[in-house]
Amino acid sequence: MSELWMMIGKRLLYGLLTLFIVSVIIFGASEMLPGDQAQALLGQSATPETLAALREQLGLNDPAPVRYWNWLAGAMSGDFGISTSNQRPIADLISGRLYNTMFLALYAATLAVPLSLVLGLLAALWRNSIFDRVANASALTSISFPEFFVAYILIVWLAQGGHFTSLARIRENTTFVQRLDMTFLPALTLTLVVTAHMMRMTRAAIINLMASPYIEMARLKGLSPLRVVLRHALPNALAPIITVVALNLAYLITGVVAVEVVFTYPGLGQLMVNSVADRDMPVVQAISLIFASAYVLLNLLADVLSTLSNPRLRHRR
Amino acid sequence: MTDAPLLEMTDIHIEGRTGDDWVPIIKGVDLTLQRGEVLGLIGESGAGKSTLGLAAMGFTRDGCRISGGKVMFDGIDLLASSVGTRRDLRGSRIAYVAQSAAASFNPAHRLIDQYTETPVVHGVMPRAEAEADAVELYRRMQLPNPEEIGFRYPHQVSGGQLQRAMTAMAMACRPDLIIFDEPTTALDVTTQIEVLSAIRDIVAQFDTAAIYITHDLAVVAQMADRIKVLLRGDEVEEAPTREMLAAPKEDYTKTLWAVRSHQRAVQPAARGVPLVELRGITAGYGRVPVLKDVSFEIHKRRTVAVVGESGSGKSTAARVLTGLLVPSAGEVLFEGEPLPPDFRKRSREQLRQAQMIYQSADTSLNPKLRLRALIGRPAQMYLGLQGAALDERVRHLLNLIELEPDEYIDRLPSELSGGQKQRVGIARALAAEPKFIICDEVTSALDQIVAEGILNLLDRLQAEFDLAYMFITHDIATVRAIADDVVVMQSGKVVEQGEKADVLSPPHDPYTELLLSSVPEMDPDWLTRLLKERADIADG
Repeated sequence: MSELWMMIGKRLLYGLLTLFIVSVIIFGASEMLPGDQAQALLGQSATPETLAALREQLGLNDPAPVRYWNWLAGAMSGDFGISTSNQRPIADLISGRLYNTMFLALYAATLAVPLSLVLGLLAALWRNSIFDRVANASALTSISFPEFFVAYILIVWLAQGGHFTSLARIRENTTFVQRLDMTFLPALTLTLVVTAHMMRMTRAAIINLMASPYIEMARLKGLSPLRVVLRHALPNALAPIITVVALNLAYLITGVVAVEVVFTYPGLGQLMVNSVADRDMPVVQAISLIFASAYVLLNLLADVLSTLSNPRLRHRR
Repeated sequence: MTDAPLLEMTDIHIEGRTGDDWVPIIKGVDLTLQRGEVLGLIGESGAGKSTLGLAAMGFTRDGCRISGGKVMFDGIDLLASSVGTRRDLRGSRIAYVAQSAAASFNPAHRLIDQYTETPVVHGVMPRAEAEADAVELYRRMQLPNPEEIGFRYPHQVSGGQLQRAMTAMAMACRPDLIIFDEPTTALDVTTQIEVLSAIRDIVAQFDTAAIYITHDLAVVAQMADRIKVLLRGDEVEEAPTREMLAAPKEDYTKTLWAVRSHQRAVQPAARGVPLVELRGITAGYGRVPVLKDVSFEIHKRRTVAVVGESGSGKSTAARVLTGLLVPSAGEVLFEGEPLPPDFRKRSREQLRQAQMIYQSADTSLNPKLRLRALIGRPAQMYLGLQGAALDERVRHLLNLIELEPDEYIDRLPSELSGGQKQRVGIARALAAEPKFIICDEVTSALDQIVAEGILNLLDRLQAEFDLAYMFITHDIATVRAIADDVVVMQSGKVVEQGEKADVLSPPHDPYTELLLSSVPEMDPDWLTRLLKERADIADG
């Protein structure tokens, strides 16, 4: 058992190392851009004197490693600095939107993950049947359309009929139920986008195992096909499924800009795009770091869970 | 009880799909089995033994279909019955024991969970009762710690124990019929005996009928009441075991019986500086030593057979010789000169002198290369041959391994039979013009007649090119056929070595004795006698 914890500890260390490297890259990349924070805050008309004073005040004259360290230390304690476009603390700017993004991602995931697992299992069970073909074809169709297109189609179909609202304008006082209702269409759009990948991986992982001797053995024990798939194939197919689910969850957190824009949903993606347009580097840095952490953490989690799903590693000789 | 047979298969035809065509695998075979009777089904690989065995359960593998015939099991027409009826019979009244228990147990579940699944799903007994029953059957199968072995995962249990646990699992519902599909083929000879005797006892205790599939005549002689011989999907002949052993009627059966005939002329005694020498080698993976102070010599023109069970360190010794594994102590000498322990530090000339032939020609030949490139590449790399000279060399090598160059030079490995692939492996080793070849279980995956051809070829090439062989094997019959000297290994140590005649004739080291006495003999009373002898010794 201790070896297992060693392995998990090692993965954690690698995860932290990856995050550190990513933070260096994010910081370095914005360093390379022309102009600095003082210039951005004061605008083109600022005098050299005021610029110099502000630079002094913000510590912009310190060498890069020191500034990097200060930035990282701040970010660790939740202080990402000040937005250059509206002079507000970035932490305030982000926190509400981070919640919105996580809410939508979780909402979509609770729809998409069970759906794709069940579809994938059934497609593997009834391989090459009509069901399999239809499920595959529709999943592929929905993944092949651009997200915004899927979103507009859903709006035309569902919102025009008055069933759901096409605008997800969340406010402070929106209740949880209202929120679920308002974000249903964006969540459905995202579900359609990510289901194909997870479903096909589930199907492939299970079919891949169906030729193994222990599956033949299970069939020769007179077990029903459903039991063979659920009890004998699925536990051994978990590792690839977990990995692809984690990848898609990360995508749901970081890749939803188009959907946020279509539904005017106040999430991180929108803020990121706006900040890039405004050259608001501190905000871009903060969001990049959050997105990178989401990827690293989810992949780390997937690694650990797939390791745990392997009985050879869980139960040593 | 009626006198009707338990199982009656008539005029069975089975086809397998290759591309768009259906090719016959079983061509009209009949099979009858009485209650409590054991039928041995033998033949070479590809003869259709497993296919026929599975058909007795009304089952075919993917890509196969039963295209004709009738399977009557205890009055039920299996092929005409519903999927549900067949499913109810499988596991409960007809059970299956697979060749590799290690692959056929689900790695994700404990043994006892897999055991109880069948009786619980078929409604034979509740889970708690099934668990108690499992312990009882584990005990009868002579498994160590029957109380708790079921609570282990398959990877925590040895191969021989798994095979017995699988037999116990097949017994869970006390079926009327068990299909044993080569249950001991993957096991070492000493383990095989335990499994064979456990299977034989339990089949007799419960009066279970069985179809015992194997390619090993000596094994089937111990297990079966009757023997049926198959060849390429056709029945050759069938007779009670003793009758068949005493007087096989058909020519094919006679060749099976007579196959272990390869005899090697006695070579002059070794002298002078050995060609290859391992001196005090200790090596392992990680911190666990696999070889402990291993020394032996291989002389020019001689064949040294390295024998031992799986895990004894035979292949590791070969890896040290070739420099793939750097030993922690000891050295490898070639013609008296020490070789660098790491193959990366050896000169091309040093590398050229020692070549390898692998057990599985299927996986050791690049499937994308034609024979021209497969055999030509070492000749090009070591000898610098190009163009017409290279072509000439490859053709010459193909002639040596008795494959017609014009016909074979542009073939892919997938267009060859198993024996032909192994011949290509030999040609590839020869292409470098080595003085020494390591043959790692080169005949284990082959049928006896094909293996015989390979051994003859190796023998001829040895005489022609003055080669020395290190022949790694677990099969004593092969050792008798090909070796000059024998090195017996057990758990990483050399327990005995010397000239074949000395090692294989008494007095023996106790382990060599165990190994030799465990090799099944054709005599149907061999197993009974051996077990009695061993019991007598144990009783003092």
